[in-house]
Amino acid sequence: MPDAPLLEVTGLRAGYGAIEILRGVDLAVAAGEIVALLGSNGAGKSTLNNNLSGLYRPFAGTVRFDGNDITGARSTRIVEAGLVQVPEGRRIFPNLSVRENLELGSYRRGRAARQKNLDRVVAIFPRLKERWTQDAGTLSGGEQQMLAIGRGMMSEPKLLILDEPSLGLSPRLVEEMFALISRLNGEGLAILLVEQNVVQSLAIAHRAYVLEGGVVALSGSARELAEHPGLRKSYLGH
Amino acid sequence: MLDPQIIIAGVLNGLLAGGIYVLVAVGLTLIYGVLHIINFAHGSLLMLAMYAVFFLWRLAGLDPYVSLPLVTAGAFAVGFVLYRLVIGRFSHGKDENILLITLGVSIVADNLALLFFGGDTQTIDVPYAGDIIQVGAAFLPLPKVISCGAALLICLVLGLFMTRTDTGKAIRAVARERQGARLVGIDVEHVFAVSYGIGIACLGAAACLLMPTFYVTPQSGYAFVLVAFTIVVLGGMGSFLGAAVGGFLIGITESLGGLFLGEQLGQIGISLIFILILLLKPTGLFGSRA
Repeated sequence: MPDAPLLEVTGLRAGYGAIEILRGVDLAVAAGEIVALLGSNGAGKSTLNNNLSGLYRPFAGTVRFDGNDITGARSTRIVEAGLVQVPEGRRIFPNLSVRENLELGSYRRGRAARQKNLDRVVAIFPRLKERWTQDAGTLSGGEQQMLAIGRGMMSEPKLLILDEPSLGLSPRLVEEMFALISRLNGEGLAILLVEQNVVQSLAIAHRAYVLEGGVVALSGSARELAEHPGLRKSYLGH
Repeated sequence: MLDPQIIIAGVLNGLLAGGIYVLVAVGLTLIYGVLHIINFAHGSLLMLAMYAVFFLWRLAGLDPYVSLPLVTAGAFAVGFVLYRLVIGRFSHGKDENILLITLGVSIVADNLALLFFGGDTQTIDVPYAGDIIQVGAAFLPLPKVISCGAALLICLVLGLFMTRTDTGKAIRAVARERQGARLVGIDVEHVFAVSYGIGIACLGAAACLLMPTFYVTPQSGYAFVLVAFTIVVLGGMGSFLGAAVGGFLIGITESLGGLFLGEQLGQIGISLIFILILLLKPTGLFGSRA
């Protein structure tokens, strides 16, 4: 990486209350990359996301994004800077229509290009157009995941964090989801893909980190990690 | 038997009285829907707004209808600042703390009013206070026709605000999904303060519409807010439509109850309707969640 990476996390320590979950994490995502963040439940993946998005303040360490120090910044400023998270569990607005959910995606950022981006999201997810005026709470799980990603795209992010996008989807939809992530990346969007689905994540990612017990246990190119005996043992069982 | 014309007149009068109830209840249900707390300061803030209308009339000669934009905007500012400086700051993000703080604000406001304004009943004199409009056999007091019309108009504008503007959509988003709201960059604390401000602005408008026919004492907010609590629960906690329908329903019930049972006993009708609806639908008319 010749240039400074888009996202650079150094020595991040974070947790909830007095409990430290992340014990010094170093991680970087360059422009145009898909970086997979792997790890079992409780490894600290969601803690990392929530600290990157400004929902919590880290205890120590720095987060630099797009040339600025955003350590401990509020979520409003982080979204404004173009670091946007599509959270686990989707967190769509169930009482708002599909259209309103997407519109609020550009509440803080990308408002000027709202109509253009609505058209773009609809082109990617024609299904959402069919549900346009329905309350988002009435959508199926797969549709809600599309809506959550669409809402994230409405803000024209520079880096999209996708937290468990394949969770709760049927195998066919999981395939579609990974194809879509590849496609978005192909259009130049940098993606931090947080997943338990190791094989498919490594298949589309450029690089990957494996989080274990709050520290990065392994990192490297996706190809290297896919062949790594330790990783194969812990996640693939052979 | 009662003449049907009298009953129609009773229903019309009830609808007119209901307009104010709707306004007070909409403010209460909005604050509940977004902040998930019962605003115990609602009655006291209504009372303060009524004093503001009274003093604007007595000291500056402003007609209550003229002072409506001023008092409504002032009430929004008071609500916004009250949330930012007191309620939000001292609640430390805990709903039960917000509840106690609004109760504290109410006690302080009531006693300050008693200290500075005294316990006497204050009224204002406007030339149109006794004007009557005749509709069929019904004689409708002009100030009540105006208050009901204005209350409906304000609710309509508020409804458009909530569905057509980004701020309105953000308020509705925060009401159900705070975390998701933060992740699209909505300043949730700001939305709380704006929602509280709008709830109190409804009281400012209600105070202006009430004063031509009502009086103010340090206690006079309670009568309306008790009814408003009933309406909010009956209509479904947090539901706009519920507050609107419930407000008119209670207005009519009160009016017809007065007609059949007399002014004092007529209030029983409200409790009866309340119990009956909650027996049949425990979440209220338009409530979705328990």
